[in-house]
Amino acid sequence: MIDLLTIFVLAVFVGFEVVSKVSTILHTPLMSGANAIHGVILVGAILITGRAEHALEIALGLAAVFLATVNVVGGFVVTDRMLEMFKGHKAGKPVKSATNGHREVGE
Amino acid sequence: MSPTWVQLAYLVAALCFVLALKGLSTPRHARAGNLLGAAGMALAVVTAYVHGAVHNGLLIALAVAAGVAVGIPAARSVKMTAIPQMVALFNGVGGAAAALVALTEFLAVPHGSVLFQAATALTVLIGSVSFSGSVVTFLKLQEVMTTRPVLLPAGRLLGIGVAVACAVLALAVVLTGNSVLLVLLALAGLALGVLFVLPVGGADVPIAISLLNAFTGLAVAASGYVLANTLLIVSGTLVGASGTILTRLMAQAMGRPLTNILFGAFQTTAATARTDEQRTVRAGTVEDVAIMLGYAHSVLVVPGYGLAVAQGQHAARELAQVLEQRGVTVHYGIHPVAGRMPGHMNVLLAEADVPYEHLKELDDVNPGIGSVDVVLVVGANDVVNPGARDEPSSPIYGMPIFDVDRARAVVFMKRSMRPGFAGVDNSLLYHPKTTMLFGDAKESLTKLLAAVKQV
Repeated sequence: MIDLLTIFVLAVFVGFEVVSKVSTILHTPLMSGANAIHGVILVGAILITGRAEHALEIALGLAAVFLATVNVVGGFVVTDRMLEMFKGHKAGKPVKSATNGHREVGE
Repeated sequence: MSPTWVQLAYLVAALCFVLALKGLSTPRHARAGNLLGAAGMALAVVTAYVHGAVHNGLLIALAVAAGVAVGIPAARSVKMTAIPQMVALFNGVGGAAAALVALTEFLAVPHGSVLFQAATALTVLIGSVSFSGSVVTFLKLQEVMTTRPVLLPAGRLLGIGVAVACAVLALAVVLTGNSVLLVLLALAGLALGVLFVLPVGGADVPIAISLLNAFTGLAVAASGYVLANTLLIVSGTLVGASGTILTRLMAQAMGRPLTNILFGAFQTTAATARTDEQRTVRAGTVEDVAIMLGYAHSVLVVPGYGLAVAQGQHAARELAQVLEQRGVTVHYGIHPVAGRMPGHMNVLLAEADVPYEHLKELDDVNPGIGSVDVVLVVGANDVVNPGARDEPSSPIYGMPIFDVDRARAVVFMKRSMRPGFAGVDNSLLYHPKTTMLFGDAKESLTKLLAAVKQV
Protein backbone atom coordinates (compact mmCIF):
# COMPACT_ATOMS: atom_id res chain seq x y z
CA MET A 1 0.00 0.00 0.00
CA ILE A 2 2.82 2.40 0.83
CA ASP A 3 4.16 1.67 -2.66
CA LEU A 4 0.98 3.00 -4.24
CA LEU A 5 1.07 6.06 -2.01
CA THR A 6 4.67 6.74 -3.06
CA ILE A 7 3.68 6.51 -6.68
CA PHE A 8 0.77 8.86 -6.06
CA VAL A 9 2.86 11.53 -4.36
CA LEU A 10 5.58 11.41 -7.00
CA ALA A 11 2.98 11.62 -9.76
CA VAL A 12 1.48 14.73 -8.15
CA PHE A 13 4.85 16.45 -8.35
CA VAL A 14 5.45 15.37 -11.91
CA GLY A 15 1.97 16.66 -12.83
CA PHE A 16 2.66 20.04 -11.24
CA GLU A 17 6.07 20.25 -12.83
CA VAL A 18 5.22 19.43 -16.45
CA VAL A 19 2.62 22.13 -16.89
CA SER A 20 4.03 24.84 -14.67
CA LYS A 21 5.03 27.00 -17.63
CA VAL A 22 2.49 27.04 -20.40
CA SER A 23 1.39 29.96 -22.55
CA THR A 24 -2.25 30.99 -22.68
CA ILE A 25 -2.46 29.93 -26.31
CA LEU A 26 -2.06 26.33 -25.29
CA HIS A 27 -4.44 26.24 -22.34
CA THR A 28 -7.32 24.83 -24.33
CA PRO A 29 -5.34 22.12 -26.17
CA LEU A 30 -3.55 21.16 -22.96
CA MET A 31 -6.82 20.76 -21.11
CA SER A 32 -8.21 18.72 -23.96
CA GLY A 33 -5.08 16.55 -24.08
CA ALA A 34 -5.20 15.93 -20.33
CA ASN A 35 -8.86 15.10 -20.79
CA ALA A 36 -7.95 12.42 -23.31
CA ILE A 37 -5.32 10.99 -20.97
CA HIS A 38 -7.73 10.37 -18.12
CA GLY A 39 -9.60 8.23 -20.60
CA VAL A 40 -7.01 5.65 -19.53
CA ILE A 41 -9.85 4.47 -17.28
CA LEU A 42 -10.57 2.39 -20.38
CA VAL A 43 -7.80 0.07 -19.17
CA GLY A 44 -9.62 -0.37 -15.88
CA ALA A 45 -12.93 -0.86 -17.66
CA ILE A 46 -11.45 -3.59 -19.89
CA LEU A 47 -9.84 -5.35 -16.93
CA ILE A 48 -13.02 -5.51 -14.84
CA THR A 49 -15.22 -6.54 -17.75
CA GLY A 50 -12.65 -9.17 -18.68
CA ARG A 51 -13.17 -10.95 -15.40
CA ALA A 52 -16.88 -10.19 -14.86
CA GLU A 53 -19.16 -13.22 -14.70
CA HIS A 54 -22.60 -11.93 -13.76
CA ALA A 55 -24.87 -10.21 -16.23
CA LEU A 56 -25.14 -7.00 -14.23
CA GLU A 57 -21.37 -6.68 -13.88
CA ILE A 58 -20.87 -7.37 -17.56
CA ALA A 59 -23.46 -4.76 -18.51
CA LEU A 60 -21.98 -2.09 -16.24
CA GLY A 61 -18.48 -2.96 -17.36
CA LEU A 62 -19.38 -2.72 -21.04
CA ALA A 63 -21.05 0.64 -20.44
CA ALA A 64 -17.81 1.80 -18.82
CA VAL A 65 -15.77 0.49 -21.77
CA PHE A 66 -18.00 2.34 -24.20
CA LEU A 67 -17.92 5.65 -22.30
CA ALA A 68 -14.18 5.47 -21.70
CA THR A 69 -13.55 4.78 -25.40
CA VAL A 70 -15.57 7.86 -26.34
CA ASN A 71 -13.46 9.84 -23.87
CA VAL A 72 -10.17 8.53 -25.29
CA VAL A 73 -10.72 8.76 -29.03
CA GLY A 74 -12.80 11.93 -28.85
CA GLY A 75 -10.24 13.61 -26.62
CA PHE A 76 -7.23 12.83 -28.78
CA VAL A 77 -8.97 13.65 -32.07
CA VAL A 78 -10.30 17.00 -30.85
CA THR A 79 -6.89 17.95 -29.46
CA ASP A 80 -5.23 17.03 -32.72
CA ARG A 81 -7.73 19.12 -34.67
CA MET A 82 -6.96 22.15 -32.56
CA LEU A 83 -3.23 21.73 -32.87
CA GLU A 84 -3.39 21.05 -36.59
CA MET A 85 -4.48 24.63 -37.09
CA PHE A 86 -1.54 26.05 -35.25
CA LYS A 87 0.85 23.87 -37.15
CA GLY A 88 -0.50 24.67 -40.60
CA HIS A 89 0.27 28.23 -39.80
CA LYS A 90 3.69 27.76 -38.36
CA ALA A 91 4.77 26.14 -41.59
CA GLY A 92 4.49 29.60 -43.13
CA LYS A 93 1.62 28.84 -45.45
CA PRO A 94 1.33 31.85 -47.75
CA VAL A 95 -1.74 33.92 -47.03
CA LYS A 96 -3.81 34.28 -50.14
CA SER A 97 -4.39 37.80 -51.32
CA ALA A 98 -7.97 38.92 -51.17
CA THR A 99 -7.84 41.35 -54.08
CA ASN A 100 -9.64 40.63 -57.28
CA GLY A 101 -7.75 43.11 -59.42
CA HIS A 102 -10.25 45.93 -59.32
CA ARG A 103 -9.15 47.52 -56.11
CA GLU A 104 -9.63 51.23 -55.99
CA VAL A 105 -7.42 53.48 -53.93
CA GLY A 106 -9.55 56.50 -53.35
CA GLU A 107 -6.93 58.78 -51.89
CA MET B 1 0.23 -9.21 -9.68
CA SER B 2 0.33 -8.78 -13.42
CA PRO B 3 3.15 -10.39 -15.41
CA THR B 4 6.29 -8.33 -15.93
CA TRP B 5 5.63 -7.58 -19.59
CA VAL B 6 2.29 -6.06 -18.68
CA GLN B 7 3.88 -3.90 -15.98
CA LEU B 8 6.56 -2.79 -18.42
CA ALA B 9 4.00 -1.88 -21.07
CA TYR B 10 2.10 0.17 -18.48
CA LEU B 11 5.32 1.90 -17.48
CA VAL B 12 6.02 2.87 -21.09
CA ALA B 13 2.45 4.13 -21.45
CA ALA B 14 2.76 6.24 -18.30
CA LEU B 15 5.99 7.74 -19.63
CA CYS B 16 4.22 8.56 -22.88
CA PHE B 17 1.56 10.45 -20.92
CA VAL B 18 4.13 12.48 -18.98
CA LEU B 19 5.91 13.40 -22.20
CA ALA B 20 2.57 14.14 -23.86
CA LEU B 21 1.67 16.68 -21.18
CA LYS B 22 5.16 18.12 -21.39
CA GLY B 23 4.87 18.41 -25.17
CA LEU B 24 1.44 20.00 -24.97
CA SER B 25 2.90 22.81 -22.88
CA THR B 26 5.19 24.06 -25.66
CA PRO B 27 3.88 25.21 -29.04
CA ARG B 28 6.58 23.42 -31.01
CA HIS B 29 6.00 19.97 -29.57
CA ALA B 30 2.30 20.17 -28.87
CA ARG B 31 1.10 18.06 -31.76
CA ALA B 32 3.81 15.45 -31.36
CA GLY B 33 2.98 15.35 -27.66
CA ASN B 34 -0.64 14.62 -28.36
CA LEU B 35 0.25 11.85 -30.81
CA LEU B 36 2.65 10.37 -28.29
CA GLY B 37 -0.14 10.37 -25.73
CA ALA B 38 -2.39 8.56 -28.17
CA ALA B 39 0.34 6.01 -28.87
CA GLY B 40 0.80 5.40 -25.15
CA MET B 41 -2.94 4.95 -24.80
CA ALA B 42 -3.05 2.46 -27.66
CA LEU B 43 -0.25 0.44 -26.04
CA ALA B 44 -1.98 0.45 -22.66
CA VAL B 45 -5.36 -0.55 -24.08
CA VAL B 46 -3.98 -3.36 -26.25
CA THR B 47 -1.98 -4.65 -23.29
CA ALA B 48 -5.02 -4.61 -21.03
CA TYR B 49 -7.08 -6.38 -23.67
CA VAL B 50 -4.56 -9.11 -24.40
CA HIS B 51 -3.77 -9.70 -20.75
CA GLY B 52 -7.05 -8.95 -19.03
CA ALA B 53 -9.95 -9.73 -21.33
CA VAL B 54 -10.22 -13.34 -20.21
CA HIS B 55 -13.98 -13.34 -20.57
CA ASN B 56 -16.28 -11.31 -22.76
CA GLY B 57 -13.48 -10.50 -25.19
CA LEU B 58 -15.81 -10.11 -28.13
CA LEU B 59 -18.27 -7.95 -26.22
CA ILE B 60 -15.47 -5.69 -25.05
CA ALA B 61 -14.19 -5.33 -28.59
CA LEU B 62 -17.69 -4.44 -29.73
CA ALA B 63 -18.08 -1.84 -26.97
CA VAL B 64 -14.76 -0.29 -27.96
CA ALA B 65 -15.83 -0.26 -31.61
CA ALA B 66 -19.10 1.44 -30.64
CA GLY B 67 -17.17 4.02 -28.63
CA VAL B 68 -14.89 4.72 -31.57
CA ALA B 69 -17.89 4.95 -33.89
CA VAL B 70 -19.43 7.61 -31.65
CA GLY B 71 -16.31 9.44 -30.50
CA ILE B 72 -14.46 10.02 -33.76
CA PRO B 73 -17.34 11.47 -35.80
CA ALA B 74 -18.33 13.63 -32.84
CA ALA B 75 -14.82 14.98 -32.49
CA ARG B 76 -14.37 15.44 -36.23
CA SER B 77 -17.64 17.15 -36.97
CA VAL B 78 -17.77 19.49 -33.99
CA LYS B 79 -17.38 23.13 -34.96
CA MET B 80 -14.33 24.87 -33.60
CA THR B 81 -16.62 27.25 -31.73
CA ALA B 82 -18.25 24.35 -29.92
CA ILE B 83 -14.99 22.77 -28.76
CA PRO B 84 -15.31 23.77 -25.09
CA GLN B 85 -18.61 21.97 -24.61
CA MET B 86 -17.29 18.95 -26.51
CA VAL B 87 -14.34 18.74 -24.13
CA ALA B 88 -16.79 19.02 -21.24
CA LEU B 89 -18.81 16.16 -22.61
CA PHE B 90 -15.78 13.90 -23.16
CA ASN B 91 -14.70 14.74 -19.63
CA GLY B 92 -18.13 13.85 -18.28
CA VAL B 93 -18.24 10.41 -19.89
CA GLY B 94 -14.74 9.74 -18.53
CA GLY B 95 -15.99 10.53 -15.04
CA ALA B 96 -19.01 8.30 -15.52
CA ALA B 97 -16.75 5.49 -16.75
CA ALA B 98 -14.58 5.78 -13.63
CA ALA B 99 -17.63 5.63 -11.37
CA LEU B 100 -18.98 2.59 -13.24
CA VAL B 101 -15.64 0.80 -13.01
CA ALA B 102 -15.51 1.25 -9.24
CA LEU B 103 -19.15 0.27 -8.86
CA THR B 104 -18.71 -2.89 -10.93
CA GLU B 105 -15.60 -3.94 -9.05
CA PHE B 106 -17.44 -3.35 -5.79
CA LEU B 107 -20.27 -5.65 -6.86
CA ALA B 108 -17.77 -8.33 -7.85
CA VAL B 109 -15.71 -8.05 -4.65
CA PRO B 110 -18.24 -7.01 -2.01
CA HIS B 111 -16.08 -7.16 1.09
CA GLY B 112 -12.61 -5.85 0.51
CA SER B 113 -10.28 -3.98 2.85
CA VAL B 114 -11.24 -0.63 4.31
CA LEU B 115 -8.81 1.07 1.95
CA PHE B 116 -10.39 -0.65 -1.03
CA GLN B 117 -13.83 0.48 0.08
CA ALA B 118 -12.65 4.02 0.73
CA ALA B 119 -11.11 4.20 -2.74
CA THR B 120 -14.32 2.83 -4.23
CA ALA B 121 -16.46 5.39 -2.44
CA LEU B 122 -14.13 8.18 -3.54
CA THR B 123 -14.10 7.07 -7.18
CA VAL B 124 -17.87 6.76 -7.35
CA LEU B 125 -18.38 10.12 -5.64
CA ILE B 126 -15.88 12.15 -7.70
CA GLY B 127 -16.82 10.38 -10.92
CA SER B 128 -20.51 11.18 -10.42
CA VAL B 129 -19.82 14.82 -9.55
CA SER B 130 -17.63 15.15 -12.61
CA PHE B 131 -20.23 13.57 -14.87
CA SER B 132 -23.27 15.60 -13.84
CA GLY B 133 -21.19 18.77 -13.49
CA SER B 134 -19.84 18.34 -17.02
CA VAL B 135 -23.30 17.76 -18.41
CA VAL B 136 -24.49 21.01 -16.85
CA THR B 137 -21.49 22.92 -18.25
CA PHE B 138 -22.27 21.41 -21.65
CA LEU B 139 -25.88 22.59 -21.43
CA LYS B 140 -24.71 26.05 -20.40
CA LEU B 141 -22.19 26.45 -23.19
CA GLN B 142 -24.53 24.99 -25.77
CA GLU B 143 -27.01 27.57 -24.51
CA VAL B 144 -29.64 24.92 -24.00
CA MET B 145 -30.03 26.51 -20.61
CA THR B 146 -29.19 30.00 -19.44
CA THR B 147 -25.50 30.93 -19.29
CA ARG B 148 -26.16 33.10 -16.29
CA PRO B 149 -25.49 31.89 -12.78
CA VAL B 150 -28.50 29.98 -11.54
CA LEU B 151 -29.16 30.71 -7.91
CA LEU B 152 -31.63 28.32 -6.38
CA PRO B 153 -33.52 29.53 -3.35
CA ALA B 154 -31.47 28.37 -0.40
CA GLY B 155 -29.05 26.95 -2.97
CA ARG B 156 -26.08 27.35 -0.70
CA LEU B 157 -27.83 25.52 2.12
CA LEU B 158 -28.95 22.80 -0.26
CA GLY B 159 -25.39 22.45 -1.57
CA ILE B 160 -23.97 22.12 1.91
CA GLY B 161 -26.70 19.62 2.79
CA VAL B 162 -25.96 17.43 -0.22
CA ALA B 163 -22.21 17.67 0.43
CA VAL B 164 -22.74 16.50 4.02
CA ALA B 165 -24.99 13.70 2.79
CA CYS B 166 -22.23 12.62 0.39
CA ALA B 167 -19.67 12.57 3.19
CA VAL B 168 -21.96 10.56 5.47
CA LEU B 169 -22.86 8.09 2.72
CA ALA B 170 -19.19 7.70 1.77
CA LEU B 171 -18.30 6.96 5.39
CA ALA B 172 -21.19 4.49 5.64
CA VAL B 173 -19.98 2.72 2.48
CA VAL B 174 -16.47 2.43 3.90
CA LEU B 175 -17.77 1.02 7.18
CA THR B 176 -20.50 -1.31 5.94
CA GLY B 177 -19.51 -2.19 2.39
CA ASN B 178 -23.17 -2.01 1.42
CA SER B 179 -23.75 -1.72 -2.32
CA VAL B 180 -27.15 -0.02 -1.98
CA LEU B 181 -25.45 2.76 -0.06
CA LEU B 182 -22.89 3.00 -2.83
CA VAL B 183 -25.62 3.54 -5.42
CA LEU B 184 -27.16 6.20 -3.16
CA LEU B 185 -23.74 7.82 -2.93
CA ALA B 186 -23.56 7.92 -6.73
CA LEU B 187 -26.96 9.65 -6.86
CA ALA B 188 -25.94 12.16 -4.19
CA GLY B 189 -22.75 12.78 -6.17
CA LEU B 190 -24.79 13.50 -9.29
CA ALA B 191 -26.88 16.03 -7.37
CA LEU B 192 -23.76 17.61 -5.92
CA GLY B 193 -22.22 18.03 -9.37
CA VAL B 194 -25.31 19.87 -10.61
CA LEU B 195 -25.47 22.13 -7.58
CA PHE B 196 -21.76 22.80 -7.84
CA VAL B 197 -21.88 24.10 -11.42
CA LEU B 198 -25.28 25.83 -11.52
CA PRO B 199 -24.14 29.01 -9.77
CA VAL B 200 -21.09 29.41 -12.03
CA GLY B 201 -21.58 32.25 -14.49
CA GLY B 202 -21.24 31.84 -18.25
CA ALA B 203 -17.79 33.37 -18.64
CA ASP B 204 -16.45 31.24 -15.81
CA VAL B 205 -17.76 27.93 -17.12
CA PRO B 206 -14.43 27.04 -18.83
CA ILE B 207 -12.73 27.24 -15.46
CA ALA B 208 -15.33 24.88 -14.06
CA ILE B 209 -14.66 22.49 -16.97
CA SER B 210 -10.95 22.57 -16.25
CA LEU B 211 -11.58 21.85 -12.59
CA LEU B 212 -13.96 18.98 -13.39
CA ASN B 213 -11.27 17.66 -15.71
CA ALA B 214 -8.89 17.56 -12.75
CA PHE B 215 -11.65 15.86 -10.73
CA THR B 216 -12.02 13.10 -13.30
CA GLY B 217 -8.25 12.65 -13.12
CA LEU B 218 -8.53 12.12 -9.38
CA ALA B 219 -11.43 9.71 -9.81
CA VAL B 220 -9.29 7.69 -12.23
CA ALA B 221 -6.40 7.75 -9.74
CA ALA B 222 -8.71 6.54 -6.97
CA SER B 223 -9.99 3.76 -9.24
CA GLY B 224 -6.33 2.78 -9.61
CA TYR B 225 -6.35 1.98 -5.90
CA VAL B 226 -9.56 -0.02 -6.31
CA LEU B 227 -7.98 -2.16 -9.03
CA ALA B 228 -4.41 -1.95 -7.64
CA ASN B 229 -3.32 -0.73 -11.05
CA THR B 230 -0.33 1.61 -11.10
CA LEU B 231 -1.00 2.93 -14.60
CA LEU B 232 -4.38 4.27 -13.54
CA ILE B 233 -2.90 5.80 -10.40
CA VAL B 234 -0.06 7.51 -12.26
CA SER B 235 -2.11 8.79 -15.21
CA GLY B 236 -5.06 9.86 -13.10
CA THR B 237 -2.82 11.71 -10.69
CA LEU B 238 -0.95 13.38 -13.54
CA VAL B 239 -4.19 14.73 -14.95
CA GLY B 240 -5.47 15.67 -11.50
CA ALA B 241 -2.32 17.63 -10.65
CA SER B 242 -1.79 19.27 -14.01
CA GLY B 243 -5.51 20.04 -14.25
CA THR B 244 -5.41 21.81 -10.92
CA ILE B 245 -2.45 23.94 -11.98
CA LEU B 246 -4.10 24.68 -15.31
CA THR B 247 -7.30 25.73 -13.56
CA ARG B 248 -5.30 28.16 -11.45
CA LEU B 249 -3.50 29.54 -14.51
CA MET B 250 -6.81 30.09 -16.28
CA ALA B 251 -8.28 31.84 -13.25
CA GLN B 252 -5.20 34.04 -13.13
CA ALA B 253 -5.64 34.94 -16.80
CA MET B 254 -9.11 36.15 -15.92
CA GLY B 255 -7.75 38.04 -12.94
CA ARG B 256 -10.10 36.42 -10.48
CA PRO B 257 -9.40 34.13 -7.54
CA LEU B 258 -10.71 30.61 -7.99
CA THR B 259 -12.84 30.65 -4.84
CA ASN B 260 -14.56 33.77 -6.13
CA ILE B 261 -15.44 32.03 -9.39
CA LEU B 262 -16.80 28.91 -7.76
CA PHE B 263 -18.55 30.32 -4.74
CA GLY B 264 -18.92 34.03 -5.51
CA ALA B 265 -21.87 33.21 -7.77
CA PHE B 266 -21.92 36.73 -9.23
CA GLN B 267 -24.10 37.91 -6.41
CA THR B 268 -24.55 41.22 -8.21
CA THR B 269 -26.34 39.79 -11.21
CA ALA B 270 -28.65 42.74 -10.78
CA ALA B 271 -25.84 45.09 -11.83
CA THR B 272 -27.82 45.79 -14.98
CA ALA B 273 -30.35 47.65 -12.87
CA ARG B 274 -29.20 50.97 -14.22
CA THR B 275 -30.64 50.30 -17.65
CA ASP B 276 -33.74 52.34 -16.87
CA GLU B 277 -31.55 55.43 -17.09
CA GLN B 278 -31.94 57.26 -20.34
CA ARG B 279 -28.77 56.61 -22.26
CA THR B 280 -28.26 57.19 -25.92
CA VAL B 281 -26.56 54.91 -28.33
CA ARG B 282 -25.06 56.09 -31.59
CA ALA B 283 -25.74 53.65 -34.39
CA GLY B 284 -23.66 54.09 -37.53
CA THR B 285 -24.02 52.85 -41.09
CA VAL B 286 -21.61 50.58 -42.87
CA GLU B 287 -20.43 53.52 -44.98
CA ASP B 288 -19.64 55.64 -41.92
CA VAL B 289 -17.54 52.91 -40.47
CA ALA B 290 -15.85 52.18 -43.81
CA ILE B 291 -14.70 55.80 -44.01
CA MET B 292 -13.45 55.73 -40.43
CA LEU B 293 -11.46 52.59 -41.15
CA GLY B 294 -10.26 53.57 -44.61
CA TYR B 295 -8.69 56.80 -43.45
CA ALA B 296 -7.26 55.53 -40.19
CA HIS B 297 -3.57 55.00 -39.59
CA SER B 298 -3.91 52.18 -37.16
CA VAL B 299 -6.78 49.84 -36.46
CA LEU B 300 -7.12 47.32 -33.67
CA VAL B 301 -9.53 44.44 -34.12
CA VAL B 302 -10.81 42.93 -30.88
CA PRO B 303 -12.55 39.70 -31.82
CA GLY B 304 -14.87 37.86 -29.49
CA TYR B 305 -17.07 34.85 -29.46
CA GLY B 306 -19.68 36.62 -31.63
CA LEU B 307 -17.18 36.65 -34.50
CA ALA B 308 -16.60 32.95 -34.12
CA VAL B 309 -20.29 32.11 -33.93
CA ALA B 310 -20.96 34.06 -37.12
CA GLN B 311 -18.00 32.27 -38.76
CA GLY B 312 -16.69 35.73 -39.62
CA GLN B 313 -12.96 34.99 -39.13
CA HIS B 314 -12.27 34.85 -42.85
CA ALA B 315 -14.20 38.04 -43.59
CA ALA B 316 -12.27 39.77 -40.79
CA ARG B 317 -8.98 38.63 -42.26
CA GLU B 318 -9.94 39.87 -45.74
CA LEU B 319 -10.99 43.22 -44.37
CA ALA B 320 -7.66 43.50 -42.56
CA GLN B 321 -5.79 42.73 -45.78
CA VAL B 322 -7.66 45.35 -47.78
CA LEU B 323 -6.96 47.89 -45.08
CA GLU B 324 -3.30 46.96 -45.03
CA GLN B 325 -3.09 47.48 -48.77
CA ARG B 326 -4.31 51.00 -48.12
CA GLY B 327 -1.46 51.46 -45.69
CA VAL B 328 -3.44 51.00 -42.51
CA THR B 329 -1.72 49.11 -39.71
CA VAL B 330 -4.01 46.36 -38.48
CA HIS B 331 -3.50 44.32 -35.35
CA TYR B 332 -5.69 41.89 -33.49
CA GLY B 333 -6.05 42.24 -29.76
CA ILE B 334 -6.53 38.78 -28.33
CA HIS B 335 -7.78 38.67 -24.79
CA PRO B 336 -6.63 35.64 -22.78
CA VAL B 337 -10.23 34.51 -22.44
CA ALA B 338 -11.51 35.65 -25.83
CA GLY B 339 -13.83 33.04 -27.21
CA ARG B 340 -14.99 30.68 -24.57
CA MET B 341 -11.77 29.34 -23.22
CA PRO B 342 -8.26 30.62 -22.79
CA GLY B 343 -6.55 30.28 -26.15
CA HIS B 344 -9.79 29.54 -27.97
CA MET B 345 -9.65 32.66 -30.16
CA ASN B 346 -6.07 31.93 -31.24
CA VAL B 347 -7.27 28.57 -32.50
CA LEU B 348 -10.14 30.16 -34.40
CA LEU B 349 -8.04 32.87 -36.04
CA ALA B 350 -5.29 30.44 -36.91
CA GLU B 351 -7.99 28.50 -38.73
CA ALA B 352 -8.68 31.63 -40.82
CA ASP B 353 -5.01 32.07 -41.74
CA VAL B 354 -4.47 35.22 -39.71
CA PRO B 355 -0.70 35.66 -39.38
CA TYR B 356 0.62 34.93 -35.90
CA GLU B 357 2.58 38.18 -35.72
CA HIS B 358 -0.62 40.18 -35.96
CA LEU B 359 -2.07 38.65 -32.82
CA LYS B 360 -1.26 40.89 -29.87
CA GLU B 361 -1.85 40.26 -26.20
CA LEU B 362 -3.10 42.67 -23.57
CA ASP B 363 0.32 43.86 -22.48
CA ASP B 364 1.40 44.56 -26.06
CA VAL B 365 -1.69 46.57 -26.85
CA ASN B 366 -2.69 48.59 -23.82
CA PRO B 367 0.39 50.85 -23.42
CA GLY B 368 0.02 52.25 -26.95
CA ILE B 369 -3.74 52.14 -27.24
CA GLY B 370 -4.07 55.93 -27.09
CA SER B 371 -2.61 56.20 -30.59
CA VAL B 372 -4.98 53.68 -32.13
CA ASP B 373 -7.43 55.46 -34.41
CA VAL B 374 -10.21 52.94 -34.55
CA VAL B 375 -10.86 49.90 -32.41
CA LEU B 376 -13.16 47.46 -34.14
CA VAL B 377 -14.81 45.29 -31.51
CA VAL B 378 -16.31 42.33 -33.31
CA GLY B 379 -18.66 40.21 -31.24
CA ALA B 380 -16.80 40.87 -28.01
CA ASN B 381 -18.12 42.71 -25.01
CA ASP B 382 -16.89 41.74 -21.56
CA VAL B 383 -13.20 41.92 -22.51
CA VAL B 384 -13.48 45.64 -23.32
CA ASN B 385 -15.89 46.56 -20.52
CA PRO B 386 -14.31 49.46 -18.59
CA GLY B 387 -16.42 48.42 -15.61
CA ALA B 388 -13.92 45.62 -15.01
CA ARG B 389 -11.34 48.32 -14.37
CA ASP B 390 -13.31 51.16 -12.82
CA GLU B 391 -16.30 49.81 -10.95
CA PRO B 392 -15.47 47.69 -7.92
CA SER B 393 -19.14 46.71 -7.75
CA SER B 394 -19.02 45.10 -11.18
CA PRO B 395 -19.13 41.29 -11.16
CA ILE B 396 -16.20 41.19 -13.54
CA TYR B 397 -14.18 43.77 -11.59
CA GLY B 398 -10.51 42.91 -11.65
CA MET B 399 -10.51 41.06 -14.96
CA PRO B 400 -7.83 42.56 -17.19
CA ILE B 401 -9.39 44.27 -20.23
CA PHE B 402 -8.37 46.09 -23.38
CA ASP B 403 -8.54 49.79 -22.51
CA VAL B 404 -10.30 50.55 -25.78
CA ASP B 405 -12.11 53.49 -24.21
CA ARG B 406 -8.70 55.23 -24.37
CA ALA B 407 -8.42 54.80 -28.13
CA ARG B 408 -9.59 57.61 -30.43
CA ALA B 409 -12.76 55.87 -31.62
CA VAL B 410 -14.53 52.60 -31.00
CA VAL B 411 -16.80 50.66 -33.33
CA PHE B 412 -18.88 47.91 -31.80
CA MET B 413 -20.19 45.25 -34.13
CA LYS B 414 -22.92 43.49 -32.23
CA ARG B 415 -26.16 41.75 -32.98
CA SER B 416 -28.07 43.69 -30.36
CA MET B 417 -27.65 45.67 -27.18
CA ARG B 418 -27.78 42.44 -25.23
CA PRO B 419 -25.13 42.22 -22.52
CA GLY B 420 -22.21 39.86 -23.02
CA PHE B 421 -21.63 36.32 -21.90
CA ALA B 422 -21.18 37.33 -18.28
CA GLY B 423 -24.53 39.13 -18.37
CA VAL B 424 -22.95 42.42 -17.34
CA ASP B 425 -23.93 45.80 -18.73
CA ASN B 426 -21.21 47.69 -20.62
CA SER B 427 -21.09 51.48 -20.24
CA LEU B 428 -18.75 51.75 -23.23
CA LEU B 429 -21.69 51.05 -25.54
CA TYR B 430 -23.12 54.44 -24.54
CA HIS B 431 -19.85 56.34 -24.71
CA PRO B 432 -19.79 59.36 -27.08
CA LYS B 433 -16.87 58.01 -29.09
CA THR B 434 -18.55 54.67 -29.65
CA THR B 435 -20.36 53.83 -32.86
CA MET B 436 -22.62 50.80 -32.95
CA LEU B 437 -22.92 48.69 -36.07
CA PHE B 438 -25.75 46.25 -35.53
CA GLY B 439 -26.05 42.95 -37.31
CA ASP B 440 -24.52 39.54 -37.76
CA ALA B 441 -20.73 39.86 -37.54
CA LYS B 442 -20.02 38.07 -40.80
CA GLU B 443 -22.62 39.97 -42.80
CA SER B 444 -21.47 43.31 -41.44
CA LEU B 445 -17.84 42.48 -42.13
CA THR B 446 -18.63 41.47 -45.72
CA LYS B 447 -20.56 44.69 -46.30
CA LEU B 448 -17.78 46.64 -44.65
CA LEU B 449 -15.26 44.97 -46.92
CA ALA B 450 -17.19 46.05 -50.02
CA ALA B 451 -17.66 49.56 -48.65
CA VAL B 452 -13.98 50.02 -47.78
CA LYS B 453 -13.05 49.05 -51.34
CA GLN B 454 -15.24 51.91 -52.55
CA VAL B 455 -13.83 54.53 -50.21
